[in-house]
Amino acid sequence: MAYSAKVMDHFANPRNVGEMKDFSGMGEVGNPKCGDIMRMYIKVEGGVITDVSFMTFGCGAAIATSSMATEMIKGKTIEEALTLTNKAVMEALDGLPPVKVHCSVLAEQAIKAAVADYYKRQGIDPTPIVGELTECEECACDL
Amino acid sequence: MNRTVYADNAATTAVSPEVLEAMLPFYKEVYGNPSSLYALGQEAKKPLEEARATVANCLGAQPREIYFTSCGTESDNWAIKGAARALKKKGKTHIITSAFEHHAVLHTCQALEKEGFTVTYLDVHEDGLVRPEELEAAITEETGLVTIMYANNEIGTIQPIPEIGAICRKHGVLFHTDAVQAVGNVEIDVAAQNIDMLSLSGHKLHAPKGVGALYIRTGVVIQNFMDGGAQERGKRGGTENVAYIVGLAKAMELACSTIPERRERLSAMRDKLIDGILKIDRCRLNGDRVHRLPGNVSFCFQGVEGESLLLMLDLKGISASSGSACTSGSLDPSHVLLAIGLPHEVAHGSLRLSFGDYNTMEDIDYILETLPPIIERLRSMSPLWDAIQTGRVNYDAYMN
Repeated sequence: MAYSAKVMDHFANPRNVGEMKDFSGMGEVGNPKCGDIMRMYIKVEGGVITDVSFMTFGCGAAIATSSMATEMIKGKTIEEALTLTNKAVMEALDGLPPVKVHCSVLAEQAIKAAVADYYKRQGIDPTPIVGELTECEECACDL
Repeated sequence: MNRTVYADNAATTAVSPEVLEAMLPFYKEVYGNPSSLYALGQEAKKPLEEARATVANCLGAQPREIYFTSCGTESDNWAIKGAARALKKKGKTHIITSAFEHHAVLHTCQALEKEGFTVTYLDVHEDGLVRPEELEAAITEETGLVTIMYANNEIGTIQPIPEIGAICRKHGVLFHTDAVQAVGNVEIDVAAQNIDMLSLSGHKLHAPKGVGALYIRTGVVIQNFMDGGAQERGKRGGTENVAYIVGLAKAMELACSTIPERRERLSAMRDKLIDGILKIDRCRLNGDRVHRLPGNVSFCFQGVEGESLLLMLDLKGISASSGSACTSGSLDPSHVLLAIGLPHEVAHGSLRLSFGDYNTMEDIDYILETLPPIIERLRSMSPLWDAIQTGRVNYDAYMN
């Protein structure tokens, strides 16, 4: 299993890493038993994600996909952020080994979870906008 | 400037200059087939038999009890399947092993279960040690074979092999041990320790990958694993890889003649590293501290995932390994860490550092300087560490 140079760059120098205090929405996905937890914070102003940060417990790919996903939604509208797919994150990282694809799915889900939390805090039901947040099938380990 | 520290000697080792030197004549000069009658063949036969005597001498065995194989995994497969299938004819269909054997043993036992054998997987407890009295209690009328590793490859615990050997002999049960990690680190005497079969591998002791041996005590009935020509007294076909076999014997000779010095040197390094790492908050030494290979250090760090830890160490020039799921290619952490009672959440944060003849105390100092900031950095970005710190999850039971 070999990581691309981009994965290693985002792993060794993660962008937007750390806790955010004055966030507008926060989402956490994954499970410690499976070895991956991703937490995303977003700050939303006028429908635009003006700041984003993450905290991740997981492998190199989990940290790199978190970092890349935050870069890809920073400065974007919420609508644009919701269209981010795990495939786009993988492509931006020049690919992931097959056993690590689930990490990119977690990154996509973490963004959706943060947006859903943002809407909930506004008193808006996020389900029609964000959709159902389902457990990623590839992420399910033998619980 | 970063150092380069190879701290994964339990995975494999470099071929030593002495071993390489001993091997070289057998490629272009003495290349004959040892089974050939002419001089060039017989010239290769002699070092082959000398190598057999050297390996036998290191184990307290007779030369005719040593069979060369392609690796430790082949030796384990041959010993266990070959003995079990022979024992089946006598109605002995029960095998006893431990829950944390190497996959070469564990998966072999599982394959035999599909053939109708029953297998008992002994508990290795929190300290990673088999209890001889539990092994004795597991022996039934049907038990034909016991296979327990000499020392564990991940957590380094050395099993009570002489006690197990005595119990097996008393009950007339065959005893096989996978000694791949133990050779050169502990004194092995197959006769005194009542070992009937023993597997070993060259590349853990500075011989090349692709050569191993199986000791089979005279009188033990075992079916062939590789049928073929008359090589290895008709028990293991295939033209002998004389260069590798000579390399294995040279490596065994060097390793087994220096066990006390190696133990003293490596255990001083190991103990300094263990004491230094124990200063890190919320970590745990895996495996008993006393009954432990001199070059093995195995820890779990709460709130940290093993693969990212290995990658960070690699960026600093340190090669190590982990039993984390992410490094195993599956979603489950190592069966060894689960067998000593660790939950997945803690087992994911494991790190194994293993040392050999080419490591120095400076390597230990460099690791002690490099590791704590990496753990701190990974924890600072870990939501699991945050959950531990704020008391939302509690793994206090898995610290020492």
